[in-house]
This record gives sequence, C-alpha cells and structure tokens, in this order.
Amino acid sequence: MGQPAAVGSGSEAAGGSETAGGSKRREVCQMEISMPAEKLASAYKTMVTIRKAEEAFQKLFLEGKVPGFIHLYLGEEAVAAGVCLDLRQDDFVTSTHRGHGHFIAKGADLKKIAAEILGKETGLCRGRGGSMHMTDVENGLYGSTGIVGGGFPPAAGLALAAKKRKTGQVAVCFCGDGSVNEGTFHESINLAAIWDLPVVFVCENNLYAQSAPQEYHQKVRDIYRRAEGYGIPGISVDGMDVFAVYDAAAAAVKRAREGGGPTLLECRTYLFSGHYVGDAKAYRYPEEMRYYQTERDCIKLFRERVSGEGLMEESELAAIDSCVEKEVGAVVAFAETSPFPSEAGLTQHVY
Amino acid sequence: MSEERIITYAQAVREAMIQEMERDEEILFLGQDISGGAGREAEGMGDTWGGSFGVSRGMSTRLGAGRVMDCPLSEAGYMGAAAAASTAGLRVIAELMFDDFLWLAGDQLFNGAAKLKYLSSGGQSCRLTVRTVTGGGLNAGMHHSQSLYGPAAHMPGVKVAIPATPYDAKGLLIAAIRDDDPVIVFENKALYGVKGPVPEEAYEVPIGRARIARPGTDATVVTISRMLQEALEAADRLEKRGISIEVVDCRSLSPLDEETIVASVSRTGHLVVADEASGRCGAAADIAALAADRAIDFLDGPVKLVTAPHAPVPFSPTLEKAYLPHAGNIVNAVMESLGLAGSEG
Repeated sequence: MGQPAAVGSGSEAAGGSETAGGSKRREVCQMEISMPAEKLASAYKTMVTIRKAEEAFQKLFLEGKVPGFIHLYLGEEAVAAGVCLDLRQDDFVTSTHRGHGHFIAKGADLKKIAAEILGKETGLCRGRGGSMHMTDVENGLYGSTGIVGGGFPPAAGLALAAKKRKTGQVAVCFCGDGSVNEGTFHESINLAAIWDLPVVFVCENNLYAQSAPQEYHQKVRDIYRRAEGYGIPGISVDGMDVFAVYDAAAAAVKRAREGGGPTLLECRTYLFSGHYVGDAKAYRYPEEMRYYQTERDCIKLFRERVSGEGLMEESELAAIDSCVEKEVGAVVAFAETSPFPSEAGLTQHVY
Repeated sequence: MSEERIITYAQAVREAMIQEMERDEEILFLGQDISGGAGREAEGMGDTWGGSFGVSRGMSTRLGAGRVMDCPLSEAGYMGAAAAASTAGLRVIAELMFDDFLWLAGDQLFNGAAKLKYLSSGGQSCRLTVRTVTGGGLNAGMHHSQSLYGPAAHMPGVKVAIPATPYDAKGLLIAAIRDDDPVIVFENKALYGVKGPVPEEAYEVPIGRARIARPGTDATVVTISRMLQEALEAADRLEKRGISIEVVDCRSLSPLDEETIVASVSRTGHLVVADEASGRCGAAADIAALAADRAIDFLDGPVKLVTAPHAPVPFSPTLEKAYLPHAGNIVNAVMESLGLAGSEG
C-alpha cells in the first residue's frame, strides 16, 4: 500500500533532530487550537465555499459548459483556507494550474472566478485566461499558471519588492509535490533564503504529480526536509486539518512579516478530484481514495472538532452552509448569463 | 496493393514509436505521464495514463517500463539527459508535454544538443527525437495552445518537422527517430483525432521535403501544420469562384523545402502563407522572404501572410475562434494577392 505511514497515524515522527533551520513534522490532532475564536466561522466558510464552488464547476463541466479543461481543488480546501486566513489583502499569492481554491481563500470575487472559468467578459481576466491562467492584482493574486514551477521565482520577486520597499507585505507561494522537482523551486527557495525574503512556500503534497506517484518521482517523501538544505525552517503538517495548517501558516507568515525570512510549509493533503475532471484515477489505490474521502475530509473534521469542543453551534454551521449554497447558486447564474468577450479586444493590452 | 487502412493521427504516432522501438532495442522513450502509475506496474496499475492525449497508451505494457519511462517535472533535467544519453549509445525519444514548455528545456536543446555536432566537427551528434504538441483550438488557454516551431526552426542544429496528416505523422516520426541529428516533431493537438490512410509497414517521410497536397494554377498557398486542413477547405470555396489554388504542405520547417515552394510560386505567380502562429519573425515570414528573393520574377501580386494576431492565445471560445486563422482568412488573402474584390466574412 502506498500510503505514507505518518498520515493519520497520530504518532510522533521518528528521525531528524532539530536542525539549524528548525525542520520538524507536526502530527495530526493538535493538542490546542491556536486559531482565534473570531476566525473559526471564516475558516469554515472558506472551506465550504471552495467545496461547493468546485462541485458547481464540476457539474458545469460535465454539462459541457466549461471550455477547455479544469483542475479542481476538492479535498484540499483546508490548505488554502488555513494559509490565507491571516493574510492581508495586499499580501501576495502565486498559484498553480489548480488555483480556484487559492483564489477563493485569498478573497477574489467568486462571481468573477466563475465567469472566468466559463470564458466570459465579466471574468477576472475578461475571458482571456480561463481556469488555469487567472490573476487578480487587487487581491494580491499574482497569477496561476499552466507552467508547473512558474510561480516560484515570482513569489521570491514579490517578496523582494516588499522587502526593499519596507511594506510589510508577505508572499505566499502555493505548489505541489510534483513541482518541487522543477529547477525553479531550488533557485527560488535559495534566493529567498540568502536574501531573507518574506515568502512562505506552501507545498500541497497530495501524493501524486498528475499520474506519477510520489514514491516514484521523489526519493525523500518528506518535502519539508529540503528546507534544511537551504538553511531555512521547514515544517510538515496534516493538510486535512485546517487548525494544523493555520497554526503553522500563521506563524510562518508572522515570521516573514517581521523580517524572519522564508519558511517551507508542507501540507500533507489529498485530492478527491482527479488531476482534471474526467481523470479515471486508475493510477491511485482505491482504498487510499476511500480512506481520505471518508475519514480525512477537512470539512467533516472541522465540524466534528468544533461541535465536540463546543466552539461553534450546529445552527451556525448550518447557516453558513445554506448561505454558501445560495451564493454559489447566484454565482453560477451570473457566470452563465454573462456575455462572452467581443473579438474587438483581441490585441488589446499586448504592450 | 493492399487496401487503404484508415487510422487516426494519434494511432499513427503510437505505431511509429512501437514499430521503431521493437526494431531497435537501443531506443528509450522518456516523458511526463507517458505511462502513468509509474512504480506500480506489479500491482497492475502501470500504464494508466498513456500521455496527455492517449498517444502512448499501451506502450509501457508492450515494451516494458524500463524503455517507456515516466519523468518527474524536470524538463531541463530530462531533456538534457535525453540529449546526452543519445550521444552515448542510446537513441532517445523524449516528449515535451506541450510545446509551451519549450522554454524550460530550451538551454539543453538549443545551447546543448543543437550545437554538439558543429563543435565536434561531426564527431558527436544527438540521436534525439523530441516529440511535442502544438496549436490551439481546444480552449486550453495561453500556456497550452502556443505554436512554437518558429523559434525552434530558427536555431541551427535542430531539425523541425510538423506533420499535418496521419500518414506524415507516422512517416516523419520514423524518419526523425532514425535520423542521427536532433529532430523536434511538433504534433498538432487538434489533429490527433483526424483519420487518414496509413500503411501498416514502417516507412519514412523525408525530413525537409514538402508535399503538394492539391495542385492548382492561380496561387500557391503554403501551409504549416493544421493550416493544411484550412487551406484545403479554402481551395474548395475558391474553386466555386473559379479560382484554382495549389496547396503546399511544408511538413518540415528546418530544413525547409525551398525548391518545391519556389517552383510552385514560379508556376502560379502568387503566394499566401498560412500559419497558426503569430506573425512577427515567424516561419511564414521566412517563406515569404524566400519567394521575394528567388521567385521575384514570377510574382504578380503581394505575398500575403495569414497568421494569428500578435497577442497571446486567448481562452474564451469567442476570442480563440477569432484569433486562430481559418479558411475564410485564406480565401481573402488569395483574393487580395490576386487583386480581386469580394472577400468572405
């Protein structure tokens, strides 16, 4: 079975003394929730919004209404939600081809995201980009890209600008386990390290790079350990637990903002979707898919925790669910009824 | 003479690779997700992807995972490795999933592989075939729809082939694999499903030789990649107006079949070049310059280039449709070159 031993085991990871960079693994079942009470509802709402929006986009795709192809974030909601919770509007995010969750969590207008996916004039990029190539400068979303590894150098560069200009802004770079095999990962994290740049590299390790299992494309599966090679802190958390993600991300963002330099934050997560909608996932273990979908669903885990500890009422959770459903419905209607772009603008803004 | 066997462009590509790899054990095939489920073959989960467009489906099962190797996301790494391995006893086919990724492997291909033979005065050459996929029309967006054979053809030391039919897809790929120089074959993603006659046996289509896809008398339309199909459609429409065009499919950009192109323009006196890539410093411009030099005595009208506008490939269906050149553009260009009125919408 290909499941890494540490996930879901609740046991302390063996091996690896504290290094100069402070690399460590944080296991599941946080003893204490560090997320402030006033942010609980927001974290939940973000995860539910991503879940319901992605399900809606999937439905639209299967109805033939989405041009091209889409890569959904289903299953990984806790990562985007936890990481973005403490970000300012003017903090930067570089995203990937699987970026809808990042955009939603960072505060991009869901209507404009949906319209962009459908290729409408009212979309974030006026239909020019589509699902894989979105950008939202107003919310610091530098851009998703169809080129894996394309977001590493920009994240370092945005952090460089923030540092030189003393703005206090932080850059967050989302990436996957496959992408850290790109040369740009090495180059960018090294730049960030030697120049103490305010950037957090968030690696969504979902065990697969398209159809290649992680144990094939990488010998060392604990990606956080690479941080030691650059002399920066590295940490690995259960990416299905938004509390664990938040705890580590908030600390890393704070450290960066206060001049403490970069962090490599590995979030161990899992994709419920295929690589794109239509992927039969025949390269994945069925038991593994079942395990994550039934026992490691971040929304389910959150609900269990806050209900069990009396942190949120069921009625409040249900109200959020219902509110999000209505919003997503309105968003889909907006996107579907929006006009397509006119060809008159084909060569606008080239230079 | 056997009956014509009709298969798809994708099937033709797969057949070329399988036939060559079964004939020659030195051939190794590398690429991202060409197989799928790498490392899980013993569990029956290998070969579960088979390439982005299913082109290599079944190959690792048939030939073994040792010869059909999935690569990590490291284009510079595995392309550079492929090039060097091809000078050290192997013959390598390396796939670049989309030609938009060309830049990631660029240094290794163009500073490395392309210059090795020249530096070594013929002592070393890269028996490397890079297969990649080009073109738009699938609403895949600006990082998955570009046509970048122009920049590749500009680089001395690599050959560039651009098949537009299943027959040429198989024949050019076999020629490329057997060629001891580095060849980049740009397959067109919108053509993978196109069907055509393809002989069962292995055969070569010579690299550097164009094909007259349709003889004609009034104007020459030289096409690159999928513009062949658009030009043939344009030819039918023009025929209804009593205009006969000769459609010349380049099939290769480097070397370029200058003789066939010049001979055709010398017969017809008019030239239109159709290329899906944007125009500035592109392949179409190179062909136009050739005619302006060597066929100048025969040209009776301006050389017209039918290309995409100077902008990234847009995603939205309405924009992409307006962006990509089509038969109507070719008809209009022919009419303009002939100095005739009456364009198509």
